Amino acid sequence: MDNNNTAQLLQRKKREILESWMNNQLADEALRDDLISNEELRRQSEELLEALLKAISNGNFENVYSSEYEQITDILSDVSVTRARQGFSPRETNMYVLSLKQALTDTLEQERRNQPEVLYREILMVNKLLDNLALTTFETYLKGREEVILRQTDEINEISTPVIRVWDGILALPIIGTLDSSRTQIVMENLLQEIVNTGSSIAILDISGVPAVDSLVAQHLIKTVSATRLMGAECIISGVRAEIAQTIVHLGIDLSNIKTKASLASALQLAFGMLNIEVRKAGNSRSLK
Amino acid sequence: MITLTKDTMQIVREQDVVPFRNRVREYATKIGMSLVNQTKLITAASELVRNMLKYASGGKVILEIISKNAQSGVRLTFVDEGPGIENVQQAMQDGFSTGKSLGLGLPGARRLVNEFNISSTPGQGTTVTVIHWKHGR
Repeated sequence: MDNNNTAQLLQRKKREILESWMNNQLADEALRDDLISNEELRRQSEELLEALLKAISNGNFENVYSSEYEQITDILSDVSVTRARQGFSPRETNMYVLSLKQALTDTLEQERRNQPEVLYREILMVNKLLDNLALTTFETYLKGREEVILRQTDEINEISTPVIRVWDGILALPIIGTLDSSRTQIVMENLLQEIVNTGSSIAILDISGVPAVDSLVAQHLIKTVSATRLMGAECIISGVRAEIAQTIVHLGIDLSNIKTKASLASALQLAFGMLNIEVRKAGNSRSLK
Repeated sequence: MITLTKDTMQIVREQDVVPFRNRVREYATKIGMSLVNQTKLITAASELVRNMLKYASGGKVILEIISKNAQSGVRLTFVDEGPGIENVQQAMQDGFSTGKSLGLGLPGARRLVNEFNISSTPGQGTTVTVIHWKHGR
């Protein structure tokens, strides 16, 4: 009942609250009038206040996840996304919501001057509500950022495993970055599919771009090689750097039944040999004749 | 033995492995470790951190730059509160694994670094400390 009272009072004082909020915002030194026009700011603020007053009209100051708050949550998400795009910092976006708190408490203070107990309770309530809304704004801001990161991770996974057809019957697969279980799965699928598509008989896995080869990475490599062999193709691992070779030996990983080479060039040469292909300089071959 | 720099990293997800490895690399580069020794240390660290994630679902690592007899080195302490290891001697043997891995993580890591220490209490957790000196000996 008391809450309803507060809601009605705030509803009645809507004009004043908006005016005082706008004045606060315009007087603030941190106002970014370079990013948002005053008219736009007023329109946005009015919309937000309207939605807030509507949400509390039933006396619900507590549960911001209830259906009354759906509209205001939508507006806040929108504000936070557009402001992030306009170049506002998360602090500035949050301050925008929190500055409404000042306007609301100022109004309450004027009206309840003679009822300190009621005033205290109301201010606590408004504080809690506005803090909650500010957190919602922040959450949406972060969610937006996280989505970008997740999308980029997916994109990196997709683009970083190309299968290249270097010669008729020879595929090369440069692996860049860490080889974890999910990457291995993508690498293996792409490679096996491409072996079927092109009818290749030799695949070169180049690990020059893998920063560290530990036993898990080695296990993944061995699995990939075994799968390739089951398809009737031979696998060569290239790009084994000197420090990686030493590390593999110390770790005790047995790669002796896998063909390995230091560079992609020597792996390609080996592949040519296996396919009985001879590559010679045109000038040399003529002079040899 | 004195500690010059000290830092702690929490490891809770698979995504923490790469930043952790980069941090180890940073420490190793700082004391001027050669590329081969860097790679050895990073690979050992990678093995141990993966073990921690797989068997104890995470833990923390203390990274330190230490100095003894005018020689500097990197010390890593892996602390977890996982199920612990029943038989440490068995776990240190090549090819032994309760998971489906190659069983080279612990023994391999011991061969890669200069000093290796493991203590484990079943039900309470495992602590592994490794030291690798600048010149690898």
